[in-house]
Amino acid sequence: MILAALLPLSLFLLPIWNITLEAPQYPDNIGMDIWINKITDHEPNDIQNINLMNHYVGMKNIPEHMPEFDVFPIVIIAMSVLGLIVAYFRKRKLYLAWFILFAILGAVGMYDFYLWEYDYGHNLNESAAIKFLDAEGNPLAYQPPLIGNKTILNFVAKSWPMTGAYLLFTGMFLSVAAFFLDKREEVAKS
Amino acid sequence: MKLNKNLIIVALVGATLAFTGCDNNKNGDNAGALSGNMADRAYVAPGEHDEFYAFISGGFSGQLAVYGLPSGRLFKVIPVFSVDGEKAYGFNEETKPLLNTSYGFIPWGDSHHPDISQTDGKLDGRWVFINENNTPRIARISLETFETEEIIEIPNSAGNHSSSYVTDNTDYVIAGTRFGVPVPQRDMPIDEYKGNFKGALSFLKVDPEEGHMNLEFQIMMPGFDYDKAHPGRGKSDGWFFYTTYNTEESHTLLEVNASQNDKDFIAAVNWKKAEEYIKAGNFETMPTNYAHNVYDVKTHSATTTWKKEVRILDPAKCPGLVYFMPMPKSPHGCDVDPSGEYIVGSGKLSANVTVHSFTKMLDAIENEKFAGEAYGIPILNFDDVLAGTVVQPGLGPLHTEFDGKGNAYTTFFISSEVVKWKLGTWEVLDRKPTYYSVGHLMIPGGNSQEPFGKYLVAMNKITKDRYLPTGPEVTQSAQLYDISGEKMEMILDFPTVGEPHYAAGIPADLVTPNSRKIFKLEENEHPFVAKSEKEAKVVRDGNTVHIYMTTIRSHFAPDNIEGIKVGDKVYFHVTNLEQDYDVPHGISMIGANTSELLIMPGQTETFTWEPKKEGVWPFYCTDFCSALHQEMQGYVRVSAKDSDIPLKWTLDDEWYDSE
Repeated sequence: MILAALLPLSLFLLPIWNITLEAPQYPDNIGMDIWINKITDHEPNDIQNINLMNHYVGMKNIPEHMPEFDVFPIVIIAMSVLGLIVAYFRKRKLYLAWFILFAILGAVGMYDFYLWEYDYGHNLNESAAIKFLDAEGNPLAYQPPLIGNKTILNFVAKSWPMTGAYLLFTGMFLSVAAFFLDKREEVAKS
Repeated sequence: MKLNKNLIIVALVGATLAFTGCDNNKNGDNAGALSGNMADRAYVAPGEHDEFYAFISGGFSGQLAVYGLPSGRLFKVIPVFSVDGEKAYGFNEETKPLLNTSYGFIPWGDSHHPDISQTDGKLDGRWVFINENNTPRIARISLETFETEEIIEIPNSAGNHSSSYVTDNTDYVIAGTRFGVPVPQRDMPIDEYKGNFKGALSFLKVDPEEGHMNLEFQIMMPGFDYDKAHPGRGKSDGWFFYTTYNTEESHTLLEVNASQNDKDFIAAVNWKKAEEYIKAGNFETMPTNYAHNVYDVKTHSATTTWKKEVRILDPAKCPGLVYFMPMPKSPHGCDVDPSGEYIVGSGKLSANVTVHSFTKMLDAIENEKFAGEAYGIPILNFDDVLAGTVVQPGLGPLHTEFDGKGNAYTTFFISSEVVKWKLGTWEVLDRKPTYYSVGHLMIPGGNSQEPFGKYLVAMNKITKDRYLPTGPEVTQSAQLYDISGEKMEMILDFPTVGEPHYAAGIPADLVTPNSRKIFKLEENEHPFVAKSEKEAKVVRDGNTVHIYMTTIRSHFAPDNIEGIKVGDKVYFHVTNLEQDYDVPHGISMIGANTSELLIMPGQTETFTWEPKKEGVWPFYCTDFCSALHQEMQGYVRVSAKDSDIPLKWTLDDEWYDSE
């Protein structure tokens, strides 16, 4: 459970999510890595190049700062501390509670991510140079997928978790494992 | 290499009759190149990369062309000694200094012999050196940017033909003198050539880090014509060998008068000895004036430094520095095999290829077996240094390269063929026709200690009927042979830029990892850079106006400018803010007496405009940069000389002024 509580801290060292755009004229792809406190180039200058491309259809620039970048690190630290406290008390039910709380917070985080993606893909500049319509005649949206692959015009957008997220999932899984493992120990004791 | 063409044609007719008879497969080969198997070997599928780079000299175009092998596809023409409006080379303010010489700005040159830098006698893929024949110069091209980074002028020299070859560790790149001249230049009767004219051999030290060249010393030789050269390799590292012709020292009708001696010389120069003499102070310092032009990749600008003196070694006063080895009939090519033992001289008017032995040469020198001397330089006995002779391999031998498997390949200009022969036994193994009148040939690494003996490129002087006709001036060409088997097989024929004198080839994987994709904007130290649109502005200083302009898809900043006056000198300093691979922007201005700019990502270039008429004059992006390229345009309002229209400009749709 201690490991479970510490693994989320890896998010300060590793990105959590990645969105990559693939197109024939970008043989090396362009992408951005999303961290709990920043968004960075996957390869040097990728964000500038994403912004340059997206401005034609009126999309905003990738933000350098978002309010979430202040909140997420606090949440992660708080959850780690909480996890350590839970580990100290070795209450099985608390392990599960910690997991459920983290899962809820994770879901909230994903929902927030979705909202940003929705805004990024739908809230377009009125004076955009290029305006596409979808099959129903509405302005085409350029929202990247929450998770998975999606074709947007000449690009394939790929949105997948990165190492940080996998370590986080591992931590959460470990808390559940601890829940069951400790259960067995208790049975053995009794 | 412009021989008398009438003579050539006459010789050709005779020679092809005489010699192609030896190869009845001529037509068979021709058809073979079209057959599936051979075409496949030169075929590089769309999207695939070639195995080798070939840097082929542009000759009288003054440039260096970059091809892929085996496809023969042309990738880039690197401007070196001639201006190039496409790339603004010699037109923009940044590259103009590269073409400075002691004679002033020269817009054209005659590029000859590219050679790739080496480490331990092996290609290292850092730089290509190439010489200019007409106004003697050597250029260094970076294989990181594929751009000319340095040009140094060679004083006391004329016809810089025996150039620009590098030693095993690129310690030196060399220049020579094909046309004897008075040194120092002075007004004197041409008839007094003999004994008075000189031929300087120049040694340029290469800085191992930056590649910068420095003229260390010149050896002031008698006024023979120093035609070609080759450094010693391996065991003969420390020596340089030069073919000479016109040892008759004639100055008129050389065609006849310089072809009288039965033998001319190969000059063997011990450059390590030269270093000792320099170290010992055994030289004279001679006042002179020459340009040293260096391009800085950080400032994206070249500067000229004027050099005022040169150190001269007199071979007559420096025993052990130079020896002459007799070589039949006006030798042209001078080539040393990968082991460094064999020095191949091609007497271009001889029917044989003569090979001298480095070991025998050292032995003859040690035992002081001299046949005589010329201007105080010892002459060795022909028979004492002779390793062997390839007997009657063809007509008009010119150049030899090696495959690293014990074979040599020599071109024959008059009989239009490449002949493969064996080192040591001197037997002819194979011969294949070229179309027509082949000059140089190139095997990647074929003049180094480690050749990549898979392909051979023959470079022809004449094509006649080989391609669709294009009026009186037709293309010159190269031909690619697969030399991986016992017999050579011609697999491709491709046109070249200008006249392909010599070429240098290298496996692509020794170059591509270092090839630059963009210039980093944060490293840009150009004095007039604007690193963001916020830094874009217009500054007036008297009649001079500096526009700090930026480009990014798909607009200029500023894109409207007012307050320019007739008679102003307007500098457009344009920075490409892009940081993406292959997104250059261009710019050109109506009526500007210069070329466009073609600016790579992160680079700053400058063109100058002197508006002559009032009006509102548009400029635009010349490189199709994006879907909105056609919208990438702007205007400059030009007012009367005495107008008081204030200077102002637009950034992102808003007007700004200098206050």
